[in-house]
Amino acid sequence: MSVTSPTPSAVPLPTRRGCPFDPPDEYGVLRQRQPISRLAFPDGKTGWLFTRYEDVRGLLADVRFSSDRRRASSPVRAFPIRIGDPRVPGSLIGMDPPEHTRYRRLVTRWFTVRRMRELAPRIDRIVADHLAAMDRTGPPVDLVGEFARPIPSLVICELLGVPYGDRTDFQRWTAALFRLDEPKESVFAARDALWEYVRELVVAKRRQPDEALLSQLIHSEDPSAGLTDQELTGVGQLLLIAGHETTANMLALGTFALLCHPEQSRILRERPDLVDNAVEELLRYLTIVQFGIVRVAREDVEVAGVRVRAGETVVASIAAANRDPAQFPEPDELDITRSAAHHIAFGHGVHQCLGQQLARMEMRTAYPALFGRFPALRLAVPADQVPLRDDMFIYGVHRLPVTWQG
Amino acid sequence: MRIEIDRSRCRGAGQCALHAPELFDQSEEDGMVVVLDDQPPPELLERARLAERLCPNSVIRVLDDEQSRGGPAG
Ligand code: HEM
Ligand code: SF4
Repeated sequence: MSVTSPTPSAVPLPTRRGCPFDPPDEYGVLRQRQPISRLAFPDGKTGWLFTRYEDVRGLLADVRFSSDRRRASSPVRAFPIRIGDPRVPGSLIGMDPPEHTRYRRLVTRWFTVRRMRELAPRIDRIVADHLAAMDRTGPPVDLVGEFARPIPSLVICELLGVPYGDRTDFQRWTAALFRLDEPKESVFAARDALWEYVRELVVAKRRQPDEALLSQLIHSEDPSAGLTDQELTGVGQLLLIAGHETTANMLALGTFALLCHPEQSRILRERPDLVDNAVEELLRYLTIVQFGIVRVAREDVEVAGVRVRAGETVVASIAAANRDPAQFPEPDELDITRSAAHHIAFGHGVHQCLGQQLARMEMRTAYPALFGRFPALRLAVPADQVPLRDDMFIYGVHRLPVTWQG
Repeated sequence: MRIEIDRSRCRGAGQCALHAPELFDQSEEDGMVVVLDDQPPPELLERARLAERLCPNSVIRVLDDEQSRGGPAG
């Protein structure tokens, strides 16, 4: 290995996977040889790619890096991601403290560990209903369409107070936002349509409140809250998008992974007490936020011997970090008995996922219920014919045909 | 053992309440951390350390007996 190599030329973000469950091989090579490497963005700019666990975690906790995506380059698209534009009031994912802190404190109490435990019976019911419907339909079914997508969608709709009947619309808009080769105009049109949809909903809730989160935010007793309709729309939009697109992919891809590792699904069946462990390991192993988390340096920063200049975009590859052998022995093995709780699939620092306890609750309910109800569950097509979401910001499978007959 | 927190850094991610529910909860008001027991028995040391390690915002500090007695630091 050469230590005196000249400044290497920038390369684009590796995106081509060998195995459906592993990040591209290049990440492993970079992590070993050049843990902070030069990255070439589709918009022609250059920046940095972080692949080691310690560096990625350090970067995400470092306030010298901003979440303001307006100034960032996207590693996979020639134009910036507009969800997380801090001009969008309430879109906290793209904000820095102190603005970020204000919104985060207003919504966090709806997503605490305790609140999510209180939701457990309702999630159980929703999962059971969908399994019963699958049984009535009979195999084969597409697990994405009948199970993985509807469950988190229904849960977040009930939590926010969004009519579930409108899901075809907001699922279509979200898909357009997250599809890599979607033309710019169509991404922006989807964003505007989603915005208008949530804004109308907020107006309606002002007139006719219900018990759900959006109304509660409007009618919060906390006088300092006083969110404007714009802010409520921003918060509502972010929660709606994040709430159904992410867990849905974990449910389907996690099931696919378990089906391809029968010894692991057997352990899970025999030892239900391992479910929480299994959920953490699946989050680590699959890291569906596949292209990493983007930050922008606010000032010149020295990290691990590298000088990042003010204004440069850095990409924290949480997928690579979660396969770092320094943190996870045999990182490329799916092992639901290992302790993987320190994975960073939900990010790290002030933006660490607000909905993580909800996602965990959905997963810990759904996987065992699915494998319990259909012990003979298996793929209805060869594994290499399952269409993968290489073309979406959030990884997963587009469809997962399964059967459970003898 | 003693537990110290810097609540101003907390963003309510809930890792602490999830992994060490005997020691941490989240407030009903704003979802931020609440310490249930700041001088827990030694058998909870491991859990306390796990929460300290997993907290994404370095809110939690677990001081062992030496440190909490004001003994030599580090
Ligand atoms: C398994 C499922 C999920 C994964 C893997 C995931 C992943 C992530 C990651 C990596 C971040 C950090 C982004 C950054 O640092 O810029 C994040 C933030 C966020 N997530 Fe999730 N998420 C999941 C589920 C959910 C759910 C169900 C919700 C819904 C309520 C949600 C709401 C949010 C919000 C609002 C933020 C922004 C938080 C902030 O900026 O303070 N997520 N998520
Ligand atoms: S883990 Fe840290 S940031 Fe999260 S609630 Fe606990 S103390 Fe707060």
